[in-house]
Amino acid sequence: MIGAVALEARKPRRVLPGFEMTLGYTMTYLSLLVLIPLSAVFIRSLGLGWGHFWEIVTAPRVVASLRLSFGAALIAASINALFGLLVAWVLVRYTFPFRRLIDAIVDLPFALPTAVAGIALTALYAPNGWLGAALKPLGIKVAYTPLGIIVALTFIGLPFVVRTLQPVLEELDKEVEQAAATLGASAVQVFVLVILPALWPAMLTGFALAFARAVGEYGSVIFIAGNMPMKSEIAPLLIVAKLEQYDYAGATAIAVVMLVLSFTLMLGINALQNWTLSRHGGR
Amino acid sequence: MQSRVIAANYDMSDTEVSRAHSPRPRRGPKWGRILLIAAALSFLGIFLALPLLAVFVQALARGVGAYVAAVSDPMAWAAVKLTLRIAATAVPVNLVFGVAAAWAIAKFDFRGKSTLITLIDLPFAVSPVIAGLIFILIFGTHGWFGGYLRAHHIRVVFAVPGIVLATIFVTFPFIARELIPVMQAQGKDDEETALSLGASGWQTFWRVTLPNIRWGLLYGVLLCNARAMGEFGAVSVVSGHIRGLTNTMPLHVEILYNEYNYVGAFAVASLLALLALLTLAGKSFLEWRQPELRHSSRQPPDRTRRERI
Repeated sequence: MIGAVALEARKPRRVLPGFEMTLGYTMTYLSLLVLIPLSAVFIRSLGLGWGHFWEIVTAPRVVASLRLSFGAALIAASINALFGLLVAWVLVRYTFPFRRLIDAIVDLPFALPTAVAGIALTALYAPNGWLGAALKPLGIKVAYTPLGIIVALTFIGLPFVVRTLQPVLEELDKEVEQAAATLGASAVQVFVLVILPALWPAMLTGFALAFARAVGEYGSVIFIAGNMPMKSEIAPLLIVAKLEQYDYAGATAIAVVMLVLSFTLMLGINALQNWTLSRHGGR
Repeated sequence: MQSRVIAANYDMSDTEVSRAHSPRPRRGPKWGRILLIAAALSFLGIFLALPLLAVFVQALARGVGAYVAAVSDPMAWAAVKLTLRIAATAVPVNLVFGVAAAWAIAKFDFRGKSTLITLIDLPFAVSPVIAGLIFILIFGTHGWFGGYLRAHHIRVVFAVPGIVLATIFVTFPFIARELIPVMQAQGKDDEETALSLGASGWQTFWRVTLPNIRWGLLYGVLLCNARAMGEFGAVSVVSGHIRGLTNTMPLHVEILYNEYNYVGAFAVASLLALLALLTLAGKSFLEWRQPELRHSSRQPPDRTRRERI
């Protein structure tokens, strides 16, 4: 990986100084703090042997937790994609009171510590909470169920889709929409046939970012999840549980599966995105 | 075919032309707009405003006296001090890295640049729990350096150094990813002029580059600091939860909450929520000072893509 970054600049003559020093520092720091530590997980898992590794990761409790983490993240990222589009659209296209303030508040999940989000959401959705009490007569239980996990992950991923869509929406050429409208397209047709295709790559990016964040999320989930093995126990929590029992092999194996799955998914989405971009010829 | 479209455009009545050129073009029926705004605001209200409000309401549930007592508890103060100490270490370290990385990436062309940017963003794709785990695998009792550290009575994991390392890892990309687009947008003309007029490399950096990037720098520091003070998962794994010693504010919130001390938990949480609100206010201020910052931070992977093309 490191070898891919050549230490020489393409231009033969460079005027600005400090290239070797800054790049050298960057590579050293990156290697020491990120690449080497991260490789520790993979190297340690090699020591387990394939049979032992497979035995750990196919245990029913592990499979259930991975399915829950990835499944809930997928649902939450989809909710974010849908409502993120709505929020970005409303913030860019319409004017209404307190629009700037609301725009700033969208970043709250980035700024609010996850533990705070976790206990706040639990207080809201607990059976005696403001929202929990309202949903109880309808027979909907959110806190301490997988539904609670989806709520927490939706909160965490909310800004990603909005923030990736906003600049694209702002730069969108309105003349194209007006042209479509003059040619007789209805508002819905303009949206589906003209606007949506231009938004796809950004929506995918936002979806991928929200998904990646949600898969690994821990702090906001553990308070609201109930954490019942096989039912509402997410994979990161299972890693923590294994660590607390000094089961380093188990924790490492689950971590490797999570890392490989998320990296593969991210690469896949990246490839899909480049493909969409090349089809639409950029924006 | 094309001429017919142009002809159709010429046929537009005067009112339509003026409408097309007015700042607010028609947007379909008014009720549709109101419905969309209402739906978006309800979603944001339920998912953002209510949780934020809940923190403060719960913190003050037993009155102001109980709140003040909870906030001024010595253990709470120990947690506040530790959190400040950790942020004061992790943020400057990542700041130096961010400036160096942005200088190399924004001012020079070299092979593998997009790979390097992807690698810098890597910690964002790693679960915080795994970020904590990797430092246990290296510095823990059974880790690579476990024996050496024990022989020399050095504690990394379940002590402050481990918390600092985990925090640096999770906040690693923040400042670099804000600075790279800012420096790229500014180009290198200013620096080249300064150098040709006889300034040294460091003089150029301190007097030309740094003033140019100061808002972007502050922006990155602000976001990095918010995450450093609020990090929970990674810190939770490496801290060992020793009250008064390795308990940061978010960890202290968890302990109080699990002890059913809700007022205490939400009181400390309210301090963190205030920090979040201050961060958002600062962020908005910096975006107002330098509007490009909004866009630089909004499309992280786009940068990589643009370079590949």
